[in-house]
Amino acid sequence: MSTKTLWKTLIALSAVLAFTNPPSVQAEDITLLNVSYDPTRELYQEFNAAFAKHWLAKTGQSVSIKQSHGGSSKQARAIIDGLEADVVTLALAYDIDAISEKARLLPANWQTRLSNNSAPYSSTITFLVRKGNPKGIKDWSDLVKPGVSVITPNPKTSGVARWNYLAAWGYALKQSGGDEAKAQDFVWRLFKNVPVLDTGARGATTTFVERGIGDVLINWENEILLSIKGSGKDKFEIVVPPLSILAEPTVSLVDKTVDKRGTRKIAQAYLEYLYSEEGQDIAGKHYYRPQLQSVAAKYSATFPAVERFTLQEFFGNWQKAHKTHFADGGSFDQIYLQSAK
Amino acid sequence: MRPVALVLKQPSVLPGFGLTLGFSLLYFSLIVLIPLSGLVIKTTTLTWEQFWHTVTEPRALASYQLTFGASLLGALINGFFGSVVAWVLVRYRFPGRSIVDALVDLPFALPTAVAGITLTAIYSSNGWIGHYLEPLGLKVAFTPLGVLVALTFIGLPFVVRTVQPVLQDLDMEVEEAATTLGANRWQTFRAVIVPELWPALLTGMAMAFARSVGEYGSVIFIAGNMPLKSEITPLLIMTKLEQYDYAGATALGVVMLVVSFILALMINLIQWWSGRRHTAR
Repeated sequence: MSTKTLWKTLIALSAVLAFTNPPSVQAEDITLLNVSYDPTRELYQEFNAAFAKHWLAKTGQSVSIKQSHGGSSKQARAIIDGLEADVVTLALAYDIDAISEKARLLPANWQTRLSNNSAPYSSTITFLVRKGNPKGIKDWSDLVKPGVSVITPNPKTSGVARWNYLAAWGYALKQSGGDEAKAQDFVWRLFKNVPVLDTGARGATTTFVERGIGDVLINWENEILLSIKGSGKDKFEIVVPPLSILAEPTVSLVDKTVDKRGTRKIAQAYLEYLYSEEGQDIAGKHYYRPQLQSVAAKYSATFPAVERFTLQEFFGNWQKAHKTHFADGGSFDQIYLQSAK
Repeated sequence: MRPVALVLKQPSVLPGFGLTLGFSLLYFSLIVLIPLSGLVIKTTTLTWEQFWHTVTEPRALASYQLTFGASLLGALINGFFGSVVAWVLVRYRFPGRSIVDALVDLPFALPTAVAGITLTAIYSSNGWIGHYLEPLGLKVAFTPLGVLVALTFIGLPFVVRTVQPVLQDLDMEVEEAATTLGANRWQTFRAVIVPELWPALLTGMAMAFARSVGEYGSVIFIAGNMPLKSEITPLLIMTKLEQYDYAGATALGVVMLVVSFILALMINLIQWWSGRRHTAR
């Protein structure tokens, strides 16, 4: 194809794209927009269908739920910049705090409005190692050994990387009886073993799985369970450390938006349905730990027992944790600034 | 050069000067000036000390060095190899030439993330090319060298597409004339071909450079993103945004804007100067 025809095709194509409207939804339908983070795509696909069915049976109203996925804080920023989300289901409370703080779309006490800190399902941080576990990795302490290469995304840009970082820090605090200096030293030594800092969780998984870099990947438990589901079983093994962090992906209404759009009632019901038996079962199926005991028991084979400390136990809250560790000049930056000196 | 005022007063063959100038200014304002001034205005929410602190912290300085250094080096590499590609495409007829010609545009059209992932797959230690380079002690993926590879890739079409038309217009008879006048090959190349190509080559390199400075998508996959080592400035801007530090992000943006503008101005001056020298002869 000559350049000229190529350009003609491109121009025609962009004109078509610009002037065609996306398929419109029928007017009598209620629509909800759920803005979520990356790994929940399959979970909400199934849950949305289940909720629509439940809502139709209960009220006779049909609802169509749209979902949007991306990096957790990128999604929060989109909402701050004007994306009209009815509900948010993000990776960490800090990102929903930001929506409350920067755009005042929801009250500051949002996290107290639903049970379990507004986390309908929980997760934790575990390890993925190569088949046969050649480096003998069993616990966090094995990650700082010389010659062990660790893959984690960048805590500056990735939600899960912050959980990883705090899990390692909390582990070291627990080992040393609360000695912050020792915890810092531990995390520093861990990051000396990190050769690549991908910007997101999926990128880190690709580096570990496809590029063959690193001896151990630290990631969400649900992502690790997912990556071993297919052909991964012959190449990788899951290692669950005896102690890890209780990761709580949180959900909330976006008050200003639901009031403006008149969707508060259904949005509230949507979030509450996440706590129902069916909602919990779907969460479990997609490798999130259900909060409901009866459902959790059903999935006990998938989720090995692990002692989980909370963020509050060692770090107070997300605002504090962020300021100490991930803000510019925080403990994460110091790792690299100090070693450069 | 004649003074501008004189040129304006002259009756023009084409009517509608006022209309077209007005339209151009409006268009330029909407597309370029207003968004860029928004960037500067957002930065003014910072005090001078805060601004200075943000743009001179060690991570930022290291990232400027990598971003501008790798972009410049990539533009120079493309300046040489891009010209060779353009030369081959214009001067020789070989089977598959039109396919190669179309392939040159690929870095334009390919989503940058695709380019980044592909390059990383090829150059990582278990990739097609990477596993030959690894034993030689040459690591490409996840090092600053990887950044250079990605930036060279995306810059190539700019040089080829600006140099190509000039070469096409360059009559071979001029070279033949030079030869009959006793010039050897090197003299013909230096005194006949290069002066013709030079302005286009500079433009192509400047465009490749400008594109590379702002490149994000393809680089983050191959860079490894280690602070102080392989972090590009656009990534630092992203990390500021991830912390909801809009003002800090725009501060870095302003620095990139100013540096890019100065460099673009310098390149324009060099072009003007070389063009004048050329016509004066």
